[in-house]
Amino acid sequence: MTDSTATTSKKEVTQQRTLKDMLLANVRSYGIFLALVVVILVFQGLTGGRLLTPNNVVALFQQNAYVMITAIGMLMVIIATDIDLSVGSVIAFVGGIGAIAMRDWGMNWFLAVIIMLLIGLLIGAFQGFWVAYVGVPGFVTTLGGMLLFRGLATVIAGESIPVSDNTFRSIASAYLPNIFGFWGNLDGLTVVVGLVCIIAYIVLQFRARNKAVKNGLQAEPTSYVVLKCVLVALIGGYFTVLLAQSGNETSGGIPVSLLIIVLLIAIYWFVLNRTVYGRNVYAIGGNRRAAILSGIDTRRTEFCIFLNMGFLEGVASVITLSRLASATAQTGQSFEMDAIAACFIGGTAVTGGIGTIPGAMVGALIMGVLNQGLSIMGVNAAWVSVIKGLVVIFAVAYDILSKRSKH
Amino acid sequence: MAGKNDVILEMRHITKRFGPVTALDDVNIRVNRGEIFSVCGENGAGKSTLMNVLSGVYGYGTYEGDIVYNGEVCKFRSVRDSEQKGIVIIHQELALQPYLSVLDNLFLGDERKKGLAIDTATERVEAKKVLEQVGLDVDVDTLISNLGVGKQQLVEIAKALLKNVKLLILDEPTAALNDEDSERLLKMIDHLRRTQGLTAIIISHKLNEIAESADEVQVIRDGKTISHISVDAEHPLDQNILIRDMVGRPLTNRYPEHTSHIGGEVLRVEDWKVHHPLDTHRLVAKGVSFNVRAGEIVGLAGLIGAGRTETAMSIFGHQYGVESSGKIVLDGKPVTFPTVSSAVEQGVAYATEDRKVYGLNLLQNIRENTSMANFRHLAHMGVIDRVKERKIAQKYLHEFKTKAPSIETPTGNLSGGNQQKVVLAKWVSTDPKVLILDEPTRGIDVGAKYEIYEIIDQLADSGSGVLMISSELPELLGVCDRIYTMSNGIITACKKADQTNQEELMRYMTSSVPISKEDVFA
Repeated sequence: MTDSTATTSKKEVTQQRTLKDMLLANVRSYGIFLALVVVILVFQGLTGGRLLTPNNVVALFQQNAYVMITAIGMLMVIIATDIDLSVGSVIAFVGGIGAIAMRDWGMNWFLAVIIMLLIGLLIGAFQGFWVAYVGVPGFVTTLGGMLLFRGLATVIAGESIPVSDNTFRSIASAYLPNIFGFWGNLDGLTVVVGLVCIIAYIVLQFRARNKAVKNGLQAEPTSYVVLKCVLVALIGGYFTVLLAQSGNETSGGIPVSLLIIVLLIAIYWFVLNRTVYGRNVYAIGGNRRAAILSGIDTRRTEFCIFLNMGFLEGVASVITLSRLASATAQTGQSFEMDAIAACFIGGTAVTGGIGTIPGAMVGALIMGVLNQGLSIMGVNAAWVSVIKGLVVIFAVAYDILSKRSKH
Repeated sequence: MAGKNDVILEMRHITKRFGPVTALDDVNIRVNRGEIFSVCGENGAGKSTLMNVLSGVYGYGTYEGDIVYNGEVCKFRSVRDSEQKGIVIIHQELALQPYLSVLDNLFLGDERKKGLAIDTATERVEAKKVLEQVGLDVDVDTLISNLGVGKQQLVEIAKALLKNVKLLILDEPTAALNDEDSERLLKMIDHLRRTQGLTAIIISHKLNEIAESADEVQVIRDGKTISHISVDAEHPLDQNILIRDMVGRPLTNRYPEHTSHIGGEVLRVEDWKVHHPLDTHRLVAKGVSFNVRAGEIVGLAGLIGAGRTETAMSIFGHQYGVESSGKIVLDGKPVTFPTVSSAVEQGVAYATEDRKVYGLNLLQNIRENTSMANFRHLAHMGVIDRVKERKIAQKYLHEFKTKAPSIETPTGNLSGGNQQKVVLAKWVSTDPKVLILDEPTRGIDVGAKYEIYEIIDQLADSGSGVLMISSELPELLGVCDRIYTMSNGIITACKKADQTNQEELMRYMTSSVPISKEDVFA
């Protein structure tokens, strides 16, 4: 019976992984967060502290909402070894429809939003059909889509269509109502939400750990969980205070667009990590033949990926139209590149199969901070583009080199 | 043959480390000119690492020790350096370009030129010569992807001959070949060394082949040189001694003792036909019939090209060929499997050959791969029950003795044997009535093979029927209760394993007479 004692003692050893092991094992997934922190600190310094003023933080999210939203969809597309080049064109076209719906068809803002989301889904289904059921590569299908929908956008919104509905226009710029009033210069609701989130995070972390221990599965060391909780509490607390100070005398706190982003991240994180569909996306990207031979309906999964991309493009076009307050044929130029870049900076594998939502979101934020920091410093937009381009290349190069050094 | 003291290669005190891991620990080998030198060892013993050091894949400076080739110390910094001296390595995974022609592949990287243009006329003449030497009769304009693995292997060797090879290293050259092709390949190498004075180092898991072909056998275990055996007509290789040295313990029986408890029929396939996907007039399975009973392990023997995998793949959710037809009876009821998931849901599982290409997602971890085919048990309303998922993965990790730090280890980091165990866990966890295994032990070392056989036996004991496709006849004889032979799309025999032998099976595998209707079902 020496054999069984050997295995049990080995199991104990693996269960008692130390804090150091955990940090080392996850250094790659934290690297991207560290990069974001470094970028923020650098620009905080370069801009003399102007980057992290409350209103600049809110603007960061409002201006980059479309990148974060489309990057979620793009992430799934890239994991499944495809690409979507049509994002910007679709946003322009759907925006045009929304603006016409409100101006010419007399729809209220809510119906217009529904129409825009439905059109987004329809476009997603259209592209998904060609990719999944006919087998036209995503690159080609969406290259066609890029030309097609840019053309259609020009047909319907060749002259810009203004949006007059104030509720619609406020989607991108409004804050959640401050139902708890102001506590000093802090928005009450923001403080409450911030605290609830931090406490919920801590409770969930410990519950997950206890559950794992109870079931005799491998658990994270307590020190590691505590460290995570302390860091989240500090960063979350600082962020809460920043947000709570934002806005003006009458409104402020959590911007509506941030709420939309957070909701989408939560939903899609769950979908990608906890559902069969999410697992299938990774399975297709990692080894399509093996996925098929395991009974996974790869066509339906691929169709759903594009359907979903269409939906998120619908959401992004609502936000974009609301922010610009008018639909033009030129809206959304190169938005797809922003989404793709966010995914790659966030560690999504160019060859598919690997990628996370937090990674892609941090990738989007890094781009956003670069944009905002450089523009606060008054750097010419052309140079901003140059710098962003280099960052994308460096990010992927870093990814590849760090993988190589592991072997 | 050259004298025993004509040393072409000596590797002295080679030590190679990867970070904290010592892959090679003071390895010493000496190879005489004109001999076939076989390197044996379990997977992970360090054979491939040693060959990579020799051929310059791991350049000078990354290892300790000396490589003495033709009496001079060599400091290869790349494969190109070693090739210039006439050392050519042919890797297990062939390095040919599938969509280029035989001719283009032969001269890839070393094109004959006339000015700036490629001189195809000269290339054709040279190609013809080397292809004749290796006994390959194909049109040089054929695309590599249209050749079988056996012929691709010959193209690789022809390519080595073009590089003026003196010392040829073959890493598992026969792993993907059937017995016939393997024998032809080894004969050809024997011929080349007689006519051209070629020296060959062969890494192989197939002990019979080593016994037949090698002059010298070097056993490596855990990165160390363990023993050296000289083989000649008077001193044939004792395979038991070889196995003992390889695994470090005497392996008295290479197949576990097992008595089957055979129940009623679970799967019956009648008159199964399938057409080739491209050449749609050609039948690949010409009316195949067989059955599997509960608790029974049934073998399916055949040479490559017999249509075994194609038959299994086409039954399993039409994953091969077109216009398949025939009758499938599962547990007494006629069924159809229009998709893979319908087959899995009704209790048929198929662990495919080539686990890296068809079996695993190497980017995902053991847990994720284990549950890949089993979500109907692991998910409610599309949401995965994570605790259940981890428990099942953990259970099979433990039961199958998979060597991995945890269920969160990416399958890409595992050795072949352990990867195969994950594939088996994936299918066994679906609780199949019938499990089809396609070459379950290919490229796996002796110790892990034994453990895989034990898993197969356990599965049969739990009441599942097992259909095992294998190109290794001793394995089929050692593991199966009953063996079908297949030849050129037809079933030619059905034999009880304890009443037949390799010679008889081989006879039926090359026969073209179909089995009589009465004998086909048990």
